[in-house]
Amino acid sequence: MSYLELRDVSKVYGEGATEVRALHRIDLSVDAGSLVAVMGASGSGKSTLLTIAGSLEDPTSGEVYVGGRPLPSLSRNAKAQLRRQSIGYVFQDYNLLAGLSAVENVSLPLELDGVATRKAQSAALKALEDFGLKDRASQYPDMLSGGERQRVAIARAVVGKRQLLLADEPSGALDSTNAEAVMRLILAACHRGMAAVVVTHDAQLASWADRVVFLRDGRIVDQTLPVESPEAVLADLPNQ
Amino acid sequence: MSVRHALLALLSEGPKYGLQLRQEFEARTGEVWPLNVGQVYTTLQRLERDGLVESDDSAANEGPQKGFHITEEGAAELADWLRTPPDLSSPPRDELVIKVLVAIDLPGVDVHEVVQLHRRYLVELMQQWTRLKEDESRFDLNFALVVDAELFRLDSLIRWLDTADGRLKRATVEGDASVPQPFPLPKARRKVGVKQ
Repeated sequence: MSYLELRDVSKVYGEGATEVRALHRIDLSVDAGSLVAVMGASGSGKSTLLTIAGSLEDPTSGEVYVGGRPLPSLSRNAKAQLRRQSIGYVFQDYNLLAGLSAVENVSLPLELDGVATRKAQSAALKALEDFGLKDRASQYPDMLSGGERQRVAIARAVVGKRQLLLADEPSGALDSTNAEAVMRLILAACHRGMAAVVVTHDAQLASWADRVVFLRDGRIVDQTLPVESPEAVLADLPNQ
Repeated sequence: MSVRHALLALLSEGPKYGLQLRQEFEARTGEVWPLNVGQVYTTLQRLERDGLVESDDSAANEGPQKGFHITEEGAAELADWLRTPPDLSSPPRDELVIKVLVAIDLPGVDVHEVVQLHRRYLVELMQQWTRLKEDESRFDLNFALVVDAELFRLDSLIRWLDTADGRLKRATVEGDASVPQPFPLPKARRKVGVKQ
């Protein structure tokens, strides 16, 4: 069942001579438990698609459903609550709060949603432990490596009962080993039932997805077929 | 993939039987490159002919139990091969590049559609390789290295397609897509891995 659904979504910025059509008639659905990558060049509309899916921006036309609820019809407060409770965001530059420790960064969204501090911190600590960062819990972001910061950011995005993970170039600033670790964590969140969308220009990142959607000039122009028998690539290898 | 040098590498660890060499070769290459026994023995015979390995000459040790060991010449050949870069100095006549170049000026063909078709195919291949790597139950260091090499190779092709796509788009906007630009060739090609 699809957790995120965009139906005939368009987004236009400006008007007249300065009009920019960022997205044009996008249809996209992402099932619970699945990872969809959106690939495209800079300026293809990837980030706009993500901000609309995450209710940070409204489409000019079309409908967006998160967990079956139509976003445009929700009040500002209801959208904010949906973002806090159901949606986790991961950005290329981590967006951690410098004045808070790792565990405080992860517990913050729970506390903002009314969870008692002790309970929120306990859940945050558990999330950090799952990500191999237990001994980093009390460290501040500037004491962590890039890979550790992004793992903290993912822990913050999946803590609690979030059901939708939205990531914008989540490994853009990381080396390939850390990038792989980040994608394994995002995939693990999907295996636990989250729906996830990763936008990227990086094919190595996108190849972790169940489905890759290609965006060009604001339009979906293509998508991959489901991966059915990965072992087939081994049979195609040339012999010595 | 040089079976010859891979067998020399395995024998540099100590004397081994043919069957054992086959099993170890497959294990070391992440079981991605299967090798038949016939290939092993043919290669061993050539290595022996060239003085790079020697076999146990006892008549009791024929067939699968026949052992081989590396000679001094074999060890020198292996050391030299390991340190000589493969010849990557001349650009390969890449079929993918040729298809895109041909598509540019072909009437009725949208070169961007051709680029996207190949991009999708390559991403689908990468998804298959990544799926194999994702399965941690079969995790093996050598296998992971082979998969990484394949992923980086495919990724480099996709990066080229992305760059070509952007360059063609800009050229169309600037109106000079059909004007072939001279491609400067280096006057002298540097030989890689060859001592002057």
